Amino acid sequence: MAELARRTVTVASASGLHARPAKLFVQEAVRLGVPVRIRAGERTVPANSMLGVLSLGAVQGTEVTLESDAAGAEEALDALAALLSRDLDAEEALDV
Amino acid sequence: MSEHARPYTGPGDVDRLNGLGVSPGRSAGPLIRMAEPPELPAPGPVTDQAAEIATITKALEAVAIDLRTRSEATTDRTAAEILDALAMMADDPMLREDAERHARAGRDAPHALDAAFSRHRETLSSLGGYLAERAADLDDLKHRAVAAALGLPMPGIPSPGHPYILAAEDLSPADTAGLGDDVLALVTERGGPTSHTAILARGRGLPAVVACRGVLDLPDGTIISVDGRTGEIATGLTPEAAARIVDQDRAERNRLAATRGPGRTADGHPVKLLLNIGSAADLPPGPLDAEGVGLFRTEFLFLDRKQPPTFEEQVAAYAEVFARIGPVVVRTLDAGTDKPLPFLGLPPEPNPALGIRGLRVDRLLPAVLDTQLDAIAEAARATATTPWVMAPMVTTRAEAADFAARARSRGLTQVGAMIEVPAAALQAEELLAEVDFLSIGTNDLSQYTFAADRQHPSLADLLDPRQPALLKLIALCTEAGHALGKPVGVCGEAAGDPQLAPLLVGLGVTSLSMAPVCVPAVRDELSRHTIEECRHLASQ
Repeated sequence: MAELARRTVTVASASGLHARPAKLFVQEAVRLGVPVRIRAGERTVPANSMLGVLSLGAVQGTEVTLESDAAGAEEALDALAALLSRDLDAEEALDV
Repeated sequence: MSEHARPYTGPGDVDRLNGLGVSPGRSAGPLIRMAEPPELPAPGPVTDQAAEIATITKALEAVAIDLRTRSEATTDRTAAEILDALAMMADDPMLREDAERHARAGRDAPHALDAAFSRHRETLSSLGGYLAERAADLDDLKHRAVAAALGLPMPGIPSPGHPYILAAEDLSPADTAGLGDDVLALVTERGGPTSHTAILARGRGLPAVVACRGVLDLPDGTIISVDGRTGEIATGLTPEAAARIVDQDRAERNRLAATRGPGRTADGHPVKLLLNIGSAADLPPGPLDAEGVGLFRTEFLFLDRKQPPTFEEQVAAYAEVFARIGPVVVRTLDAGTDKPLPFLGLPPEPNPALGIRGLRVDRLLPAVLDTQLDAIAEAARATATTPWVMAPMVTTRAEAADFAARARSRGLTQVGAMIEVPAAALQAEELLAEVDFLSIGTNDLSQYTFAADRQHPSLADLLDPRQPALLKLIALCTEAGHALGKPVGVCGEAAGDPQLAPLLVGLGVTSLSMAPVCVPAVRDELSRHTIEECRHLASQ
């Protein structure tokens, strides 16, 4: 078993980890195919679960922790952490 | 009159149904009914758990594929995003594992799906706000998955592959996100003028008739015409007659879309045409052909929050709107036990419509309004604009005076009160001694005047804005405004109805605030009446 990799990031999107940002995050987690867990407060859910991610109730500014001990964990966590630290709502506003 | 002089609609057995027209425009085409959610049968004995698990997998897949197909078919980007998100929920690994676990515990596939969806629904609804709304989406997905597992047609918005008129009992917010460009018009058996169906249809410019009894008895494929102004449905048309109606409607819309400029009666009496928005995103792109925003609902900032938005966040959101269009009438937070927001922490009430809502939240949590007024004042300074502010659900003169004092102490010079409670309308003159303008919210004013729930399917006639008692209350407000030289506008759904515009203007209303899509038709209708004709209408 690989060592547990971990990243702690602050949710940057204005609408929190809901709606479009949640969708983009889960899509990316599914695409990467590496099992990752995401934790906010006392709740931990698989990053590829839309219902799980929504149930975290994470808003802009919430600190979340990503964890994985699977192969390719470091790269997957970097990609997902980078996504969370961008304001995905603002990016949407720009490309209309 | 139309009963005697029916327009020619082609040969065949033309018959008629009547409902309440809530979104103007005409259309015609084949009717398709939205399937009802499936009934969950009594639990069956399970002989083959593996087969039940396979059924679960297939049902969830079928739901996801259906949603993705519809997402690809629509050109509406927002709708596509919502459908994709719903498809991801149907695909959710946690959900599938839960359902499989229930199947291994001996439940049949439909009951296992039902139990799995219910658990996730509870989690989301306990979070409140935006996520509680997603809980309703889960019900919709559950109905689809259970129908698929039972081998029944999937409930929800049909996608027949050709344009059609959608008939339904009523439409939920989740249904409406799935409406594709192939929907020509909406007809529902239930619903009133302020129901979700009506608001959605007006927002999208779709002709709509609600409270139309009997429409669901028509077989799928019947060609009908829909008049969203008169509420009349004609059935049994020929395809040629239907095509002619669609062409006429398109020509009419093109003509209206070409109208420009400020609101005026035929003889030049000015009536401000303003916009109802929830955020800067609701403003159409490009140059704005409106005279300002008459209702900036600020709830969106507060939805979906465990903590209230910060002062800085609020300043940014308000400034974004102030920078695009002016003047803007900002309505302070309109929430309460009827529209619960988690951070308010308000206890549930037996009768939320009559409880702590609108300005009444201030009785328990004054800091919310103080911060909001600070942020509006700061956004005004940052953009060098002069926003107007008004409070929802003002009931007494003392409430109006307190709100006005707090707004003015922050340098906000244009302060108003919404008229939604009959007590406030009866005291319009006293309120106008304290504030600078009134804005009449006809939806709630109807609900409270007629003691009729806005959503009640059987009380739509009481909520008709032409009800004389409602018009009398509006007249009390406009007379007070006229006497004191202060503006009195309407920002409820009635303001966006071109048929009502001349009547409201005749009563003395100085501005009409509506969804952006409603402006051209209202502008056009006003330009066809002189102010004297409007006053004559109002005196009848």
